[in-house]
Amino acid sequence: MRTNDVMLQTATKVVTFIILMFAVHIFFAGHYTPGGGFVGGLLTASAIVLLMLAFDIETVKKIIPFNYVMMTAIGLLLALATAGASIFFNVPFFTHAYDYFHLPLFGKTSLHSAALFDLGVYLVVVGVTMTIIQTIGEDE
Amino acid sequence: MTTIINFFIIVLICTGVIFSAVTALGLVRLPDVYTRTHAASKSATLGVLCVLAGVFLHFWLKENHFNPQLIIAIAFLFITSPVSGHLIGRASYVAGIKLAKETVRDDLKGVIGPEANKKK
Repeated sequence: MRTNDVMLQTATKVVTFIILMFAVHIFFAGHYTPGGGFVGGLLTASAIVLLMLAFDIETVKKIIPFNYVMMTAIGLLLALATAGASIFFNVPFFTHAYDYFHLPLFGKTSLHSAALFDLGVYLVVVGVTMTIIQTIGEDE
Repeated sequence: MTTIINFFIIVLICTGVIFSAVTALGLVRLPDVYTRTHAASKSATLGVLCVLAGVFLHFWLKENHFNPQLIIAIAFLFITSPVSGHLIGRASYVAGIKLAKETVRDDLKGVIGPEANKKK
């Protein structure tokens, strides 16, 4: 029997974008409000899992052609590079730096190198969660 | 002005709480899965939406803090909660859970569900 899940698929098409936007918001708001790389990564992973539930794992792989193991490795490298870059400036390991910049659209913004470390955490969390779920889901 | 704002906030939150209580009552009192998902997906959605709207108004008009996350949450729950109710009802029908004995007619009989599976 062919199942009919128009309701689920249509709702997923709308809801996925809300979840992804909220994940990005949580990621960037992490410095001043609750949130950060870990929660943002989990939210992104949950959006992809919702896509996998509504459609199937092959379709989602075609839409989002990421190698999640590579993503984890890139995240770890990014975190390590952010921590290790402090050595070149003659300060202890893991020292972060920030400065104020004038960006074209945002105006005066403070950019902090901890955001790059958080981006590494984000990539690792998305990569590990999706690797676990894909490996279990594909098991025949 | 404060009185009017307070009135609206209290009315919204009380409506939400009453609808949530009605949901719980419906889950206990209704006879089968389908009527229970009906209670859970409809009145719980309205109840939670009312509470969220009340909280949004409180923070916006009294604490001067416009919180768009609450609007997003309202839209999100409004989309997802009925869909989840629909999915639970459909899954239980396909799994062959009996309807309440007061049921008069069953239009899905033979279209989806265990009987349709047996035919093929």
